Amino acid sequence: MSVRIATRRIRSGFFTGLVVLLCFLAVLPLFLIFADLVHKGASSINWDFFVKIPVPAGQSGGGVSNAIVGTIIIVLIACGIGIPIGIGTGLYLAEYGVGRLGWFVRFLADVLNGTPSIVVGIFAWTWFVKPVHHFSALAGGAALALLMVPMLARTTEEMLRLVPNSLREAALALGYPRWRTSLSVMARVALSGIVTGSLVGVARVAGETAPLLFTALGNINFDTNIKEPMQTLSLQIFTYATGPFEDWHRLAWASALVLMSLVLGLALAARWATRKRYGT
Amino acid sequence: MQLETRRLTALFSRNVIVREVSLPFPRHTVTAIIGPSGCGKSTFLRCLNRMHELSDGGWATGQVMLDGHDIYGGAIEAVDVRRRVGMVFQRPTPFPTMSIYDNVAAGLRVNGRIPRKQMDEVVERALTQAALWDEVKDRLKGSAVALSGGQQQRLCLARAVAPAPEVLLLDEPTASLDPAGTQRIEELCTELKKRYTIVIVTHNMQQAARVSDFTAFFYMGRLIEVGATQQMFTKPNDPQTEAYITGRFG
Repeated sequence: MSVRIATRRIRSGFFTGLVVLLCFLAVLPLFLIFADLVHKGASSINWDFFVKIPVPAGQSGGGVSNAIVGTIIIVLIACGIGIPIGIGTGLYLAEYGVGRLGWFVRFLADVLNGTPSIVVGIFAWTWFVKPVHHFSALAGGAALALLMVPMLARTTEEMLRLVPNSLREAALALGYPRWRTSLSVMARVALSGIVTGSLVGVARVAGETAPLLFTALGNINFDTNIKEPMQTLSLQIFTYATGPFEDWHRLAWASALVLMSLVLGLALAARWATRKRYGT
Repeated sequence: MQLETRRLTALFSRNVIVREVSLPFPRHTVTAIIGPSGCGKSTFLRCLNRMHELSDGGWATGQVMLDGHDIYGGAIEAVDVRRRVGMVFQRPTPFPTMSIYDNVAAGLRVNGRIPRKQMDEVVERALTQAALWDEVKDRLKGSAVALSGGQQQRLCLARAVAPAPEVLLLDEPTASLDPAGTQRIEELCTELKKRYTIVIVTHNMQQAARVSDFTAFFYMGRLIEVGATQQMFTKPNDPQTEAYITGRFG
């Protein structure tokens, strides 16, 4: 074997090893975080944790059922508002967003995407809380939706742009109206990408704390009325982790573990739901 | 005349791609459009079902008469034109999220709900016309993209004929197929012209000679010559046609 081929093999092996190492470094934090959460939080998770509400400060025991239910309700509100608007905007951008308006919408979405969530929270407070003089889960959900919309709009657009234009032409040539081409051909091909994108959006907002501080506020009681302040896991973690009691810290770790598991479970569910129906 | 263009000019923004082409397509015939790359033959074809205007900057002037009505006249919607004038593209374009059955049914479903039983019949008929029925009848619910390239192209043909169009436009339908696949599509042309008026764009002159009744030669966006295929390939009137057919350019 010539020396040149040998050097080439060594170089190839080196770079393959390098990217494997970098890939490992990228996923390592996820495993570390999860291991740490399990280590510190798992011992505090028991039946009470899921079914009881927090006990007064200083006492031990109690759970965070109100926060778990609150998280689910607020995220559902956010999805209800954010997903249709976000995906609709993405469809518009991909199908019609060629002119000046498209450019403007895309630019706005990018700016909104980069806006710190605490700023979004302040705006949500000015729009949804101040006029009615009342904190509420609805306002919290709306604040999270505000964060979701630009993310979903851009991912939906990107996913639709990956669909070959020849499919659009094939549908149009069959006499499909444009809206139907978008919905029943293009969006369906891009569906798994759009669902994954939506899920990343949901996962991101599920853990948001800042926008909820001024909107959902938090609640130490179990309350499912969306017009009232509501507790979420992220707010619970914020309160407990910064509090002075050992018992609170323990519950904060456990809440973090539950929140992380919820997000992970959502991700797995979405993967399962959008698994390839036809093997290729 | 089933279909006829009158001084049809197609443009991209200000660039003229097809210049004042007047060309008749008699009912139940196959007309081949030949010419070197970039001569405007595909663009011309895409004007016949108003697909050209969907490309960025694409527009057209002149008339395209479909059964005596100008499809650019405003009396007919573009969507209706495309339901009456089917099209098959250069590369197979099955819808990847749909089964074989749903692919064929796609063009019918867009027209409204059709009873299941009737739909089954239409799908079977279309697949039979496209000579694909025997190969797929046991896996109609299977993936359309799992088919071979040639099968996919015949599936697209079935999809195009299922809504019973009046005219069928084929844009280099065999360009991405192997010789066997090409032969099947060509045989189908001869079979399908009993029901439809076919316009086929092709790079392959033998193909034009084999499948068509009439041949039109395009060069630099102009229609140079049109005539019965037999005559076009044996004694063309125009020296440019002769030069192209004998392989001296293009």
